[in-house]
Amino acid sequence: MAEVAVHVGDVSKTFRLPKERQTTLKGSLVNFAKRAKGYEEQQVLRDISFDIYKGEFFGIVGRNGSGKSTLLKLLAGIYSPDKGGIQINGRLTPFIELGVGFNPELTGRENVFLNGALLGFNRKEMRAMYDDIVDFAGIERFMDQKLKNYSSGMQVRLAFSIAIRAESDILLIDEVLAVGDMLFQQKCFETFKEIKKRGKTVVFVSHDLGAVEAFCDRALLINNGDMEHIGPTREIIKRYSNLLADAEVIEAEKESKKTGKKKEVVHSGTGDTITVEDAEVVDMHGKPLRHIEEGEPFTVRVHFDAKRDVFHPVVGIGLMDEDNISVVGPNTQESDFVTGTLKGRGYIDVTFKNNVLAPGGYTVRAAIFDRSGAVPYDFAENLLKIKVTGKKRHGKVFLEPTWKVVNKS
Amino acid sequence: MSFANVFSKRNRALLRELVATDFKLRYQGSVLGYAWSLLRPLLLFLIMYVVFVRFLRIGQGVPHFPVYLLMGIVLWNFFAEMTSQSLGSIVGRGDLIRKIRIPRWIIVLSSSLSALINLALNLIVVGVFIAVNHVAITGAALWMPLILVEIYVLSLGVSLFLAALFVKYRDMSYIWEVVLQGMFYLTPIIYPVTYIKNPTLLKLMFLNPMAQAIQDVRHVVITPATVTIRDHTVLQGQLLQYAPFALAIIILIGGVLYFRKQAKYFAEDI
Repeated sequence: MAEVAVHVGDVSKTFRLPKERQTTLKGSLVNFAKRAKGYEEQQVLRDISFDIYKGEFFGIVGRNGSGKSTLLKLLAGIYSPDKGGIQINGRLTPFIELGVGFNPELTGRENVFLNGALLGFNRKEMRAMYDDIVDFAGIERFMDQKLKNYSSGMQVRLAFSIAIRAESDILLIDEVLAVGDMLFQQKCFETFKEIKKRGKTVVFVSHDLGAVEAFCDRALLINNGDMEHIGPTREIIKRYSNLLADAEVIEAEKESKKTGKKKEVVHSGTGDTITVEDAEVVDMHGKPLRHIEEGEPFTVRVHFDAKRDVFHPVVGIGLMDEDNISVVGPNTQESDFVTGTLKGRGYIDVTFKNNVLAPGGYTVRAAIFDRSGAVPYDFAENLLKIKVTGKKRHGKVFLEPTWKVVNKS
Repeated sequence: MSFANVFSKRNRALLRELVATDFKLRYQGSVLGYAWSLLRPLLLFLIMYVVFVRFLRIGQGVPHFPVYLLMGIVLWNFFAEMTSQSLGSIVGRGDLIRKIRIPRWIIVLSSSLSALINLALNLIVVGVFIAVNHVAITGAALWMPLILVEIYVLSLGVSLFLAALFVKYRDMSYIWEVVLQGMFYLTPIIYPVTYIKNPTLLKLMFLNPMAQAIQDVRHVVITPATVTIRDHTVLQGQLLQYAPFALAIIILIGGVLYFRKQAKYFAEDI
């Protein structure tokens, strides 16, 4: 393997969060007298270890509050770790955000020099690259105006133009692509490509999974301060989107527990013969799934409760997309499947071996009819929410085509 | 904060920009702009002069008392301005501290340099008064820069302590305001030191580096009649006469060590 540019060994970081902000002397004196700790300790990062190699484009992904910004600040040397060590091999950009130190009361030109000084350039060096910076930002006309009169897009452009001059071997980039218009974003992407070509090491933190996928060779996924996984970008993104989907489900479960309502299932039908009790999603081995990966086979398990023996009912389910439009709706009649007699409690598995659902959220409904399919015993809507994870697709289903181009001249 | 790179190219450039920014922003939006940095002390001196020399008639018998008074006020103002500005400097620059790795002491140093620039401007005004009052400048005045260095060393030490303390305890700004006010009256600035008749109190008073330094500057620049720490009524010939110098140096060393220890946590404590 190539030379190590950044070595992070067993790094942990704990913040002391004041219970009530103890920033006054009296507060500390009172606490001291009571021998009470005036703060709560919150561990933000736990035993993080990884290496970033020279010339690598390395991504750090994780949910909000997972500790990825803290990790970046530790790398930048803004925080110091409680435990463990960080070795940097080469010059590192000292900032984690664009336009640090920009002052709204100064002109664009003055801010360029101030910002340049923060990156370690003196006046002479800044004068030499001033024209290039202004040119790249494309805001020559505004340079003698105060920064407070700039639009946020203009500020970002100016900041980015200065930042990419920083002569460092290792760049730290945190969420830069969130602002700026399409044209400028394109420019940023091209700059990244160029930086990558020049063999610089880049550590990139972003929510924009598309950008992470486009540039990063490898990535690190952190979750609640723990290293969840490190590996090729594609795999990390898959794990991350799964993590997000699970979090959403857990969140929804918590919410429903808090409100006391289980699920807002809407039942209609006669209801006296057999009812749909519940539904869940399981994998091929019957293990419950929180989410379904794109293309992965899955089973919808519909639990029923038969008040008396029901001979040969028609059972159907439906998957509705987020706009409540039916995507698929198979039933046993269509499939020529003989259900036989349903007795007491049990379940019906509806397995989709060929899963072509496009990633997104779906709502499941299920129904049990009499043998003719005309009388609904129970029709349960809003039974279950499921999540298919993966790349964003156009359309409701994804069918992988083959492509061919014919030029007729 | 290794001393090898204290004045590296990067740090010098940064220091320069920070000081320049400070200066640019100070008088922004005012019609007279930079002229205020001379006009302000000049007008304040005139008020002091009218109140103390004309109305209260303090300092009769001290040669060139108006200039003598002025010099004391200018030096004290430097100490007060530098320490109170440095106190809030780290917290005030929280945006930098949290988002970029720069040596933290540069921020305190830049606010100290801003105060130093103001001192230089004020001393120009004092120079005008010296000329107007026909004060006879002697070779002894060459000692003045050295005494100014002592004041700067003391102020820097105090500033480092205060800047670091203020990150943790926001009470410091109020405490320091009160302490400064008390020290102002315990230092012979607006009254001649000869007003103090109790010999023990006089000796104690001179242990304050600011009292010693102000009297020394007056002694070498304005009139040799000024009572200094080396006077026979104070600490003549005693080892204790060097205590104020030692104190200034000890405070600086302590300030540097304390600041260095705390600087690691500024980003998370602010």
